[in-house]
Amino acid sequence: MLRDKRTLFILFGMPVVQILLFGFALTNEIKDSQILVVDHARDDASQAIITKLGASRYFKIRKEILSPTEIQDNFREGKIRATVVFPAQFNEELEHFNKAQMQVLADGSDPNTASLVTTYITSVVRDYQSDRTPLMNVPYQIVPEVRMLYNPQLLGAPNFVPGVMALVLMLVCVMMTAISIVREKEMGTMEVLLVSPFQPFLVIVSKAIPYILLSLVNLCAILLLSTFLLGLPVKGSLVLLLFESTLFIICCLSLGILISIKAKSQQVAMLISLVGMFLPTILFSGFMFPVENMPLPLQVVSNFVPSKWYYCIVKSVMIKGVGFEYIWKETLILMGITCVFLVISLKSFNVRLE
Amino acid sequence: MEKVIVCKDLTKRFGDFIATNAISFEVYKGEIFGFLGANGAGKTTAMRMLCGLSTPSSGSAWVAGYDIYTQSEEIKKNIGYMSQKFSLYEDLTIFENIEFFGGIYGLSGKEIKEKGWKLVEKLQLQKEAKKLVASLPLGWKQKLAFSVAVLHDPKIVFLDEPTGGVDPLTRRQFWNLIYEASERGITVFVTTHYMDEAEYCNRISIMVDGKMVVLDTPSNLKRTFNASSMDEVFYQLARAAKRSE
Repeated sequence: MLRDKRTLFILFGMPVVQILLFGFALTNEIKDSQILVVDHARDDASQAIITKLGASRYFKIRKEILSPTEIQDNFREGKIRATVVFPAQFNEELEHFNKAQMQVLADGSDPNTASLVTTYITSVVRDYQSDRTPLMNVPYQIVPEVRMLYNPQLLGAPNFVPGVMALVLMLVCVMMTAISIVREKEMGTMEVLLVSPFQPFLVIVSKAIPYILLSLVNLCAILLLSTFLLGLPVKGSLVLLLFESTLFIICCLSLGILISIKAKSQQVAMLISLVGMFLPTILFSGFMFPVENMPLPLQVVSNFVPSKWYYCIVKSVMIKGVGFEYIWKETLILMGITCVFLVISLKSFNVRLE
Repeated sequence: MEKVIVCKDLTKRFGDFIATNAISFEVYKGEIFGFLGANGAGKTTAMRMLCGLSTPSSGSAWVAGYDIYTQSEEIKKNIGYMSQKFSLYEDLTIFENIEFFGGIYGLSGKEIKEKGWKLVEKLQLQKEAKKLVASLPLGWKQKLAFSVAVLHDPKIVFLDEPTGGVDPLTRRQFWNLIYEASERGITVFVTTHYMDEAEYCNRISIMVDGKMVVLDTPSNLKRTFNASSMDEVFYQLARAAKRSE
């Protein structure tokens, strides 16, 4: 048993890896979340609250004076988790009326994080409130008006539907393609195909096409169910969504082909697909655990997981309803990843013919 | 006689290991050529080179008149192949397999139908034509695989240990198919472990440790080695071999 290194790794390595991952990386806690503060008041009270917010390790504060449209843009680009807005007469109102309002806007497309962020913010505000009160008889009341953008009711669907889309497409395209090509190798028919005039490139393309069609059908089914059953329609352009999805499908297919070239049996292909693709997709795409909560090295790793970019794009188009201008960067990255996979698999395939 | 395969010093090296060591031989049209050797002797490597599946390290060869280095696509169009592990798709029907391979080799729809039905009738599988290949017993699958391999009337058909695991009667029937193909002018290049099958060939070659040590008709070989069967000839040669699988 001691010689079987792979089993040893699973027995001893996995628990360690899991503790490390769940302890440090995969957490729903808030850490270093990007918060925008628009402080029209710039007085003692607002400054004090801002300082408190910045002091915690939960938030990374950015102070700017922006118009409502500009704030919306920031949310659309996914740059910030929440915005805190202080009206111009904040402190004065507190002094004269013992009551003031402030606004908290949060990105509702990720309801878990959004509710945590707003809870933290309001608790900081209440903290400040109680700090100030002992000096006066009448308590202060700061009323934060909290609004969840894109998902006012904080439904879970906007979070998991894009995640499910990424998972399903990845599963079908990567695993099924890999298994299908490896099965051909195992059965011995691949050899016969290679000897025939049937060009190897076409063999692969012909294996990929049914899975592209299947995935598109799957995608449509998910979107239909989401719209009619879960009440979550596609807010943005459907055409854009389909285009991005096709790009992601091709990316997954090239990954599947790459795996099929390296894998020697169907079981190995399945294992690599699950461990190498499925698991990182769940863990690193931002679907279940916010990426910004992870230590920097893992955040870098998550950039290499194609589903992370796709998930981001789907959320933007489907939940936030943004246009291409906001997601061109992610699209370019996804294209780049796809090209890399395609080039590697084509090169490996030719070598493997030997 | 027309030469369909010509090899000169064909060699394949994997790093330091020389799998096929400078083999030279010729095969004539319509011949049944037996390519024998122990496991690890280098047979499969040599055959893969001739089929265009792998590039030689050195030496030259022409298959069906085409150079294996520069014209492997032409070679592929003119040969048939039956692998050890199976050549047909088990979850397709007999006719679907015929259509698939016919299409790959460029046969027209009409030709596929005609030849397909002729094939099915010859093997007397008319009732099973629409059934899945998986439902056939092994012997029938092999006969079917061979027939599909020669469906497009190739110049040469390469058979890699085609009769593994079947009873002697079925093997006999299989060899009848091979004879018929040979009479049609198709050259048959077959590797096998069964020495009695070696007797059915026009000429055979035996490879030992990557080298081709003999090439002659079975009767000449038996005379040269003073043996009563091909089994003995093989045994005498293979005994000296240093490599085995």
